Amino acid sequence: MSTQPASPAGTGTQPASPAGTGAQPASPAGTGARRVLITGLSTYWGGRLAQALERDPAVEAVVGVSPEDPTCELDRTEYVRVGTQHALLRRIVRAAEIDTVVDTRLIVDSRTVPARVAHENNVIGTMNILAACGGADSPVRKVVFKSSAHYYGSERDDPAFFTEAMARPHPPATQLERDVVEAERAVRAFADRNRETTVCVLRFANGLGPDLRTSHTALLALPAVPSILGFDPRYQFIHEDDIHGVLEHATRHDLPGVYNAAGDGVLALSEVASLLGKPLAPVLPPWGTGLAAAVLRRLGLSLPPEMLQQLRFGRALDNRRLKAAGYSFRATSREAVVALARHFRTRGITQADTGYRYEREVEEFLRWSPSVRGADRLGVGRLSPDQLAELARALETLPGAHPAAADARAAAASPAHRRSSGGGKNP
Amino acid sequence: MSARPALPAAEPSLDLRHHLPAIEPDRTVSDWGRSERLEGLVDRTLYDFLYHYWFRCEVDGIEHVPATGGALLVANHGGALPPDASMITKAIREEHPRPRPLHLTVEHFFKGYPFFSMFVTKIGGVPAHPANVHRLLHDEQQLVLVFPEGAKATEKLYKDRYKLRRFGRGGFVEAAARAGVPIVPIAVMGAEEAMPTFAHVGLLKRLTGLIYFPVTPLFPHFGLLGAAYLPAKFRIRFLPPVRADRLGAADLEDRGLLQEIADEIRGRIQDEVVDLVADRRSVWLG
Repeated sequence: MSTQPASPAGTGTQPASPAGTGAQPASPAGTGARRVLITGLSTYWGGRLAQALERDPAVEAVVGVSPEDPTCELDRTEYVRVGTQHALLRRIVRAAEIDTVVDTRLIVDSRTVPARVAHENNVIGTMNILAACGGADSPVRKVVFKSSAHYYGSERDDPAFFTEAMARPHPPATQLERDVVEAERAVRAFADRNRETTVCVLRFANGLGPDLRTSHTALLALPAVPSILGFDPRYQFIHEDDIHGVLEHATRHDLPGVYNAAGDGVLALSEVASLLGKPLAPVLPPWGTGLAAAVLRRLGLSLPPEMLQQLRFGRALDNRRLKAAGYSFRATSREAVVALARHFRTRGITQADTGYRYEREVEEFLRWSPSVRGADRLGVGRLSPDQLAELARALETLPGAHPAAADARAAAASPAHRRSSGGGKNP
Repeated sequence: MSARPALPAAEPSLDLRHHLPAIEPDRTVSDWGRSERLEGLVDRTLYDFLYHYWFRCEVDGIEHVPATGGALLVANHGGALPPDASMITKAIREEHPRPRPLHLTVEHFFKGYPFFSMFVTKIGGVPAHPANVHRLLHDEQQLVLVFPEGAKATEKLYKDRYKLRRFGRGGFVEAAARAGVPIVPIAVMGAEEAMPTFAHVGLLKRLTGLIYFPVTPLFPHFGLLGAAYLPAKFRIRFLPPVRADRLGAADLEDRGLLQEIADEIRGRIQDEVVDLVADRRSVWLG
């Protein structure tokens, strides 16, 4: 780490230097994220993004923070448990010289947690994370913020396709939507203050996929798809692979501004039901919907208030800006629903849930114990021969024998050994 | 108007038209929520009956509707539950050498009505949002039908029939110019007599939450039968296109010019409507 005197943090310390000249030499190195911090590592997409990034040898370090334990199996990502307010994040960012912060922590489903916790996380948490990224001496060059299409809401006088420049026609009515709008306002203010930081906001449509647990997957898993009598709303989905695909694309490339992330194609809810092979059950009346929903909630249905609006008026996003920025979606809305339908049909046969549980002691043993053999424990396989030689020299100067010194010397001496011990990690 | 320079790229940003979603052949519902199956069914039954036997539509000037590219169709409006939009749709399907789907712009409040909103969307209705119109005309190069008079036309009483109301504030001219498509004016005769409004009941309007509560020959005293039309003779005349696509970027800022063009189009439709009514010997037989 000390071998990189030309890190962006080193050059960016003088606030007086003109931004244009200062940014030019840093930009080729700065486009691809090297030292990434992922907030919300315990979320599905946060974990999947970490998995994708740790496979890439160009990414030096992946640090994940979240109040809960990770739910995906991770190889070299370092997990730090933090409080819901992310108050100490600034120290982690500075200490690890993080250049890219990917904030995947926003709660977009009010079913999962109480409103107060969601507000704490979405509004206060966002403010603290942005505060940790800001400042004149901050090493952070890029912030990717995972937002939600709840920013646009779902109203009677909406356009058929929301583009990024459009605002919602009415102020938000539900707590969750208010939180999302407020969080985005904070991100925009951060972007205005920190002009040299690339700020990317991604507004995601409703996610669908076998491994994803949301109100909508719960709704579609029912024997019949509930709907409001007399309404057939337009729905757009994004496949779970595209969720972390988009996050990864935004991490690897510089996408300043706001981007809608949603699969191609907009389906009517009746179409979704027929793709799933289920009937549409208009159990909610067009008038007094809230009251009926309260009764159904008692019966165990997950019908958060923001979903009721969508069941009435629907929503669709214009995803073309993201496509123009180079991302190609792996699945359309229809394909996402079809994939979910296939998963539902085989649910009883294949146990898709691997049942991974994070155990701190096990993870730490696997990562740091000198007894662990074979695997590329110290990550030397990812270093270049020059870096390895330098590391070996540095270790020689240390007083006393260091267990890693022998490893590093051996790896530097014979590239063949490195290849064999590195396993399939080096292409 | 023709001497003006061609419209430069309306937005300096990149052209996103190449990134429109590909057509998925397995689907029968469009991204706008239009259902091929329901639309086809209504077209083969109700529209077919109304067009050929009930209103006995006569159409001229169908060649003014372009066979390719976007175009904004602008027509006069009338009748408590106006049948003119469906008859114009059917006329293009029946008479045009290259039939194309027509997207009807409908007021936003329809989206709040159960069943009706669902039905209107499935047979080709699109909320009249400027962004929707632009996407259809410019990005997807479709035909869009607008009634610039809006609800002012449908709520007018029988005594005011065929007197065209104000054509908005010229917003439709701007929409066509920004999208770079021509405007095709249409004069429709017959809709006003198919379901004339004699009076409005303000109290019932407030109680039912409808946009208006009309008294027509069959409504409200015959209940659901009130939705039936009287068999007035229909004539639809498509007029030569107005080349709104030739307006320059500077013209788009000129509200006065847009209003002037809108008034000119309104005047042309009004003249044709008067002409059609003058030639008519009987409201029912034509």
